[in-house]
Amino acid sequence: MIIQFICRAILLGVPLLFGSVGEIVTEKSGHLNLGIPGVMYVGAISGIIGSFFYEQACGNDIAKMNALLAVLIPLLCAIVGSVIMGLIYSFLTVTLRANQNVTGLALTTFGIGLGNFFGGSLTKLGGGEATFIALTKTSGFFSTKLPFADKLGWFGDIFLSHDFLTYLAIIVAVIVGFVLNRTRVGLNLRAVGESPATADAAGINVTRYKYFATCIGSAIAGLGGLQYVMAYANGVWTNNAFGDRGWMAIALVIFALWKPSVAIVGSFLFGALCNANNYIQGLGTATQELFKMLPYVVTIIVLVVISMRKRREFQPPAHLGLPYFREER
Amino acid sequence: MAEKTVTKLHREPLFHIVKRDDMVWWKAWGIRAITIVVSIFVMVFISSLLTGKGMIQTFEIMYRGVFGRIETGSFKMLFKYFEEVAILLCLALALTPAFKMKFWNCGAEGQALMGGLGAMVCMIELEGKLPLAVLIPIIAVVSIICGAVWGVIPAIFKAFFDTNETLFTLMMNYIATQIIAYYVYIKGGGSNVIQPVEAGIAPSTGNAHYFINAGIVAVLTLVVYIYLKYSKHGYEISVVGESQNTARYIGINVKKVIIRTMLISGAVCGIAGMLIVSGIDHSIRTASVGGQGFTAIMMAWLGQCNPFITLIMTAIIVFLNTGAGKVADSCHLNSAFADIFVGIVILCVVGCEFFIKYSVKIRGARKGNKE
Repeated sequence: MIIQFICRAILLGVPLLFGSVGEIVTEKSGHLNLGIPGVMYVGAISGIIGSFFYEQACGNDIAKMNALLAVLIPLLCAIVGSVIMGLIYSFLTVTLRANQNVTGLALTTFGIGLGNFFGGSLTKLGGGEATFIALTKTSGFFSTKLPFADKLGWFGDIFLSHDFLTYLAIIVAVIVGFVLNRTRVGLNLRAVGESPATADAAGINVTRYKYFATCIGSAIAGLGGLQYVMAYANGVWTNNAFGDRGWMAIALVIFALWKPSVAIVGSFLFGALCNANNYIQGLGTATQELFKMLPYVVTIIVLVVISMRKRREFQPPAHLGLPYFREER
Repeated sequence: MAEKTVTKLHREPLFHIVKRDDMVWWKAWGIRAITIVVSIFVMVFISSLLTGKGMIQTFEIMYRGVFGRIETGSFKMLFKYFEEVAILLCLALALTPAFKMKFWNCGAEGQALMGGLGAMVCMIELEGKLPLAVLIPIIAVVSIICGAVWGVIPAIFKAFFDTNETLFTLMMNYIATQIIAYYVYIKGGGSNVIQPVEAGIAPSTGNAHYFINAGIVAVLTLVVYIYLKYSKHGYEISVVGESQNTARYIGINVKKVIIRTMLISGAVCGIAGMLIVSGIDHSIRTASVGGQGFTAIMMAWLGQCNPFITLIMTAIIVFLNTGAGKVADSCHLNSAFADIFVGIVILCVVGCEFFIKYSVKIRGARKGNKE
């Protein structure tokens, strides 16, 4: 029971982890990308589109499918799709200096629309008969577990029984944390987010950093969407099933105090909070609904506390949400 | 040393960006109008590619989908369109004062839901106990208070601790959603649906409720316009928005202005929630506002803090949204196509703002100045 609960929490937490690590990278460059929910939808649907056509090309026959290709095609498609979204966002906000909130929200509208549209019409556009998409075969490749996980009891269940994207998420979070805090690139990126004018004067190419941060961040976030459809939903697309996880990922960024390492723990905690209502005995359905607001309440408390304490290492990037124009001092 | 500086010589970049002085208003609006028209044409072209219908036919489907057949004397669709515009406009109007103050209120969704919840509680608890003439003011007051409270919480923290309001208001939306889910479950008796209640500010059937909603919002548009343009409060809001230091210098209590403005913003959102719950649905669910709170943010921004322009923008976007949905429906494609359509149009308008604020100077205009 407890093991099942922990596994479930991790499964639910991984999309949030991808989303929030992506958003951390973006926010470190000073851009509050409210388009992350849309980006995650696009990541999911691009992966779906990729594997849909691959499954069709193989004649829906699992024997003809190559495991490596079945995983790589959706993965690449998801990354390409979400990087395109990141490029739209960064072109508008970095080059055209558009308002970040409005751009982000429009991107979310657009991305969710894109996801639901192709999710609802892909089979029709692809000339198929089915009314919904079920890529259980590809999903099977995605959720392949380590072969020796079953033999190790509870230890195997908790640490080794997950799909490979879960491990990828943790690796990505650790790498991002390392790059941000221990390398020159990370230092430059943080400088861009804190004070782009200073960074510019120091010879850092602000525009390039912002573009790369937003696009890499989007790519990471898009993988979260892919993990959700492939590992959690078993390759079945349902419109709006992804729900408000994108916003929760943004909440997690605050909860994690803009630190990827904290985001790992935080995401599993959020996953547990989303899920705990099913495992607590004697909790009515009504109370469960109240329980679901906990991640947001916790986030608000963190947000308020960090703004009250004013500890410098816990603050959001100083230039978050503001456009940078070199000639405006 | 000298050699180093020589090798480091950069070529002048191909173009550079210069900030414009204020553009003449008709030029600026010309650019925006052209962008909207062009992006609509592009999107209609794309949808005609997807559906295999001609562009003119696509336009016709959009028009019919929104307005129905007015020439035959059937105004039902038109009224419904007005009502949708009214709700979205009401939410956008609520955000306008906050945006003018540069306070990013992303919580219209939650504030409207709480306003709606206030109205719903009154309607359920007081139905049949009080005459309608007493009940309606109570509904109005309660939902305004509920919306205002939900709006003022982030404002208080912003005023005193400078808490990031964008993130705070965003989170408040989901708390409100869960409170609604909780309430619906309790009152719906486990069915997750609250049966429509008869009492409310407008009857649930007939054409009357279309006019009541649209009328209230029309008055509100005027009030917000006057409030922002001609009142002392409106002046204070614009000074705080431009520069908080200036505001402090001329003796404006910035904290007070922030809190007061968000009270108003939340209150108007509460009105929107009331219109939805007790004017249209006579019931409440978590999707009562249906993401319009987020669309309203874009509308308020596109309206440039002018309620009348917000009205025009809202009318255009609601038309496109409904119309594009109908186009997709007509070919059995998913109606989420409307979101793509609207999203792209908004992104284009957001992008075109660049050409109003900045101008691009191409290299070569000053060729003679080489060393």
